[in-house]
Amino acid sequence: MSEEYILQMTDITKRFPGVLALDHVSLRVKAGEVHALLGENGAGKSTLMKILAGAYVKDEGEIEVFSRKIELGDPKAAENLGISIIYQELNLIPTLTVAENIFLGRYKMSNRIQVGWKKVYEEAETLLKDLEVDVKGTDYIRDLGIAQQQMVEVAKALSMNAKIIIMDEPTAPLTARETKNLFRIVKKLKESGVSIIYISHRLEEVLEMCDRATVMRDGCTIQELNIADVTMDEIIRLMVGRELKDKYPRIEKEIGEELFRVDNLCAGSKVQNVSFSVRKGEVLCVGGLVGAGRTETVRAIFGLDVKTDGRVFIEGRECAIKNPKDAIRAGIGYVTEDRKGEGLILKLGVDENITLAALDGFLKGIHLNLGKEKNTVKEYVKKLNVKTPSIYQKVENLSGGNQQKVVLAKWLLSECKVLILDEPTRGIDVGAKIEVYNLINELAREGKAILVITSEIPELLGICDRVVVMARGRMSGSLSREEADQESIMTLAVGAEERGKQK
Amino acid sequence: MKIKAKEKKGTSYVGILIALLILCIVLSITSGSFLTASNLLNVSQQISTNFLIAIGMTFIILLGGIDLSVGSIIAVTGLMMGLMMKSWNMPVLVSLLLGVVFASVIGLVTGLLITGFDLPPFIATLGMMSIARGAAYTITEGQPIYTFPEGFLAITGRYGGIPIVTILIMAVMFAIAAYVLKYTKYGRYIYAIGGNKNCAKLSGIHVKKIECIAYVISGFCCGVAAIVLTSRLDSAVPTNADGAELDAIAAVVIGGTSMNGGEGTLAGTIIGTLIIGIVANGLNLLNVPQGAQRMVKGGIIVLAVIVDVLRRKRSQKA
Repeated sequence: MSEEYILQMTDITKRFPGVLALDHVSLRVKAGEVHALLGENGAGKSTLMKILAGAYVKDEGEIEVFSRKIELGDPKAAENLGISIIYQELNLIPTLTVAENIFLGRYKMSNRIQVGWKKVYEEAETLLKDLEVDVKGTDYIRDLGIAQQQMVEVAKALSMNAKIIIMDEPTAPLTARETKNLFRIVKKLKESGVSIIYISHRLEEVLEMCDRATVMRDGCTIQELNIADVTMDEIIRLMVGRELKDKYPRIEKEIGEELFRVDNLCAGSKVQNVSFSVRKGEVLCVGGLVGAGRTETVRAIFGLDVKTDGRVFIEGRECAIKNPKDAIRAGIGYVTEDRKGEGLILKLGVDENITLAALDGFLKGIHLNLGKEKNTVKEYVKKLNVKTPSIYQKVENLSGGNQQKVVLAKWLLSECKVLILDEPTRGIDVGAKIEVYNLINELAREGKAILVITSEIPELLGICDRVVVMARGRMSGSLSREEADQESIMTLAVGAEERGKQK
Repeated sequence: MKIKAKEKKGTSYVGILIALLILCIVLSITSGSFLTASNLLNVSQQISTNFLIAIGMTFIILLGGIDLSVGSIIAVTGLMMGLMMKSWNMPVLVSLLLGVVFASVIGLVTGLLITGFDLPPFIATLGMMSIARGAAYTITEGQPIYTFPEGFLAITGRYGGIPIVTILIMAVMFAIAAYVLKYTKYGRYIYAIGGNKNCAKLSGIHVKKIECIAYVISGFCCGVAAIVLTSRLDSAVPTNADGAELDAIAAVVIGGTSMNGGEGTLAGTIIGTLIIGIVANGLNLLNVPQGAQRMVKGGIIVLAVIVDVLRRKRSQKA
């Protein structure tokens, strides 16, 4: 019976001070299967995986690998058992090369004291070639994009000859093509008998890729299921414990006149002659591949990068934006894709983060009115349904979805007219995603102009009023909501690039 | 809610406050002369310089920076004020004001070097440390200045046994700094920049301006410290406040402020100053030799940081 399972975790319990993180959770993974671990943020997936990877120690329960009972205490022990984890937050050293990172701590020695660098680089090249990624072993990590870095992480796991590979949201930062490439690799691994534990919030991928799944909720195992037997709606229902009527809610709203216009924007090689406009109450989505210049475009608009040419208009008036302060004054808010790196100050409280861009509103002379600040923060926490034990809680202790709501609250409080959101739902769970969509709708109805960059095409189609697509730093096309579908967007996003290559 | 607020901002110094109390109790038992009014008043004067420098240093370290130049600024400022009062016969008050301005300008220059050329604060202030110390030796060709006017010595004079002006200066500086950190936009921005510079910039904060002003504040604190120190010693010598930067940094770190910036309190710094001062005082009373005293001080710094690291780890897992 049990030989069938390469891994069995039974009745795992883990307590943190004041919190029961895992309550008798069980997980069974067969050899050579792709097993999805599903659940909203905070369901306990990450904790369970950290126990499996040896980063946390369980309080109760049993773990069997290859039918042998084992105790996992440290990451090295897990590695030796053939368990490898690719965390959502990449664990690479920016100042070392790709090959140095892949084999870090496991360098092939040519003798007792000398590293066999030639061999290290050769093996790295082989691994990278198998992955079909455009990265060399000699590249420095700091020069790579986030997508490429992820592929290095994958290569690293492969280099360890892992029998069980845990992937935590591996496709979140990847483009459609890179995702396909990853899936190809996953299939190959699976055929060679490796088991993959796959954590993703993108259920489309789970349905496409995975054989079986375990659904978790609130620290408990809800159900183990065969993917072939279920629909996406059933999975969502199991995850959130309630029916989600519509993944992409729509509301009645009025789209008014032009509010925000960008004319002929140029910034470096990544942004060339970009022009577009957003109307009052409109949600304009920007599609395209990672690296198409979308983030660079909004960074230039917001005054973070230098504009070499181009003009920005809000309500018909030209705004000279040289730095973020000018942009905020002009009425632009910017939710960046890197929530922890740029969106939040993790060590500060919910209150201090929310009011950071709007402290002037609480000033009386030089005096900050902390009482007024507290009331305002409470109001926004309530309005956005931020789940936090207190408004003074450090934001690093909140879940991804709630962190994102804090970032949104910050920009709402700054009373922006134009809100730019870069990958606003990356790494947050289904329930919180819907709350973000509702919020975007609500803001549009209030008359803001909203610009959303997203690499998830279903999401883009679900929330947009209009779509523009970028490819290689240029606008490659504009589509109405009716015209836009998976194919038309991909044609514009990839087409230009592919055609360019063929010529 | 109130308790939560205290938890968030407060735990960082509750631990060392207890440590301070234990230290006082132990010293009261082991040394009969520790818990006497005259000794405690002595301590308050002995810690006054470090107390004032550490206030400015707290701003700098909260920002994620460091200021190694403070001791040198005090020395050169003390000599400048000495020259003004003794050689140029300027009124005491004017000399002191100009001295504080002088120290603040040095801070401004450091700040501009750091923000204008993107120099690491460690390097910029290391350079300024040497420049200011060198200037201190140069301006009087190494000669000390002493026997200051009565009005100047009155600043650290005792009235009814109490160094009342010194204590007043310390109290006012602490109150202003604590107010700025908690109740002004500037104070909030200090925490924000120390916590995450990118996010601060994106939120429309003029990061460089805030950083630059912090070094001016540190310079200002040094100016005030120079007044108190020079008056207490009744002499300005180029070697004054040698190594003072290390005591100030130690006070801030013992006080629970993270060297990475963004986390910490001024109250913690003050307790840190007290711990350093009281340990030195206690060891003197117990006739512990200088060498052993230094070792104890070093041990306390390391121990305080170890405790802090463990505490942070625990709260992170929670």
